[in-house]
Amino acid sequence: MCGTCGCGEHHHHHEHDHEHGHGHQHPHHHDERIVINLEQDILQRNNLLAERNRGYFEAKHIFCLNLMSSPGSGKTSLLEETVRRLKEKHPLYVVEGDQQTSNDADRIAALDIPVFQVNTGTGCHLEADMVNHAVKHLAPVDNSILFIENVGNLVCPAMFNLGEAKKVVIVSTTEGDDKPLKYPHIFVEADVCIINKVDLAPYLDTDVEVLRKNILNVNHHMQIFEVSATKGTGMEAWCNWLTDECTKCK
Amino acid sequence: MHELSIAQSIVELAEQQALDHHSSYIEEVELEIGRLAGVELQTLEFAIESAVKGTLLEKAVIVYRYIDGEGRCAECEALFPMEVLFSPCPVCGSYFVKIEKGKELRIKSIVIK
Repeated sequence: MCGTCGCGEHHHHHEHDHEHGHGHQHPHHHDERIVINLEQDILQRNNLLAERNRGYFEAKHIFCLNLMSSPGSGKTSLLEETVRRLKEKHPLYVVEGDQQTSNDADRIAALDIPVFQVNTGTGCHLEADMVNHAVKHLAPVDNSILFIENVGNLVCPAMFNLGEAKKVVIVSTTEGDDKPLKYPHIFVEADVCIINKVDLAPYLDTDVEVLRKNILNVNHHMQIFEVSATKGTGMEAWCNWLTDECTKCK
Repeated sequence: MHELSIAQSIVELAEQQALDHHSSYIEEVELEIGRLAGVELQTLEFAIESAVKGTLLEKAVIVYRYIDGEGRCAECEALFPMEVLFSPCPVCGSYFVKIEKGKELRIKSIVIK
């Protein structure tokens, strides 16, 4: 677009006057300052790609979840137990995000479901284009559930939409009861919070009730599940919820 | 360090605008960054300094406009400044608060030659 008069696309020949098709002339100089009022969201590109993923998932009735937590809170253990309980009922797919190694993908692959490992190198979170790439490899069938295990990090993944239907944040009792207050952004963004390792709570200073209260103070819409992925506690409620939500996608 | 991804997005968006306008020189980029946007402001400034090297933004002046957080209580409708994401309403103490300002992460304008 011409920055002087705002008329449509045309080739600029700078440093000399030029004629417009609509009957007036004005000078263009190479030193001319053009102010572009952009008002553009910086994360727009990622958000657009995320919407593209979301459209694909919706069209194929795929229920997609983005699992986020700090390293070591038990995302992969939770996934393993979830996969064991649901794989006969639903087609399941997993995208694993880690900076390095395929350790987590190997654990999921051992359960005999399709998994794709994304290594972000130094990157601290997954972005929508990485998910797009992973999904092309996995080619999930209609009416399936896709779990995206984000890079273990309680800060960065909060800002990057992947096209998921639900964002799930996992916090374990070993992390203390004030995590939602210390890292509020990810708790604000999430729809669901899983409190993992509840079996260890009696041995810790963490008060699960205080943790619940802190979660709800940061995000009063949050749906909370208390589980122990290794002991199986609370897994039924979580898996029933997944099945219900998956049905809603149809 | 998601600030580096954000810095790279800023560079990409601004360079695309310059190319669309047949320009190869970006003089200024004006950013609006909310204080509740989840971005560490010093880290972002540092990340941008690195990200602009060798790009059309290398000599550009980066203008940062920081936007203070502001929330509205869903219960008593009080409008109040928010310094952190989960501030309760100072009038009635409710946590049912809608963030009105402070989540911005925008390129407001760019100046090209």
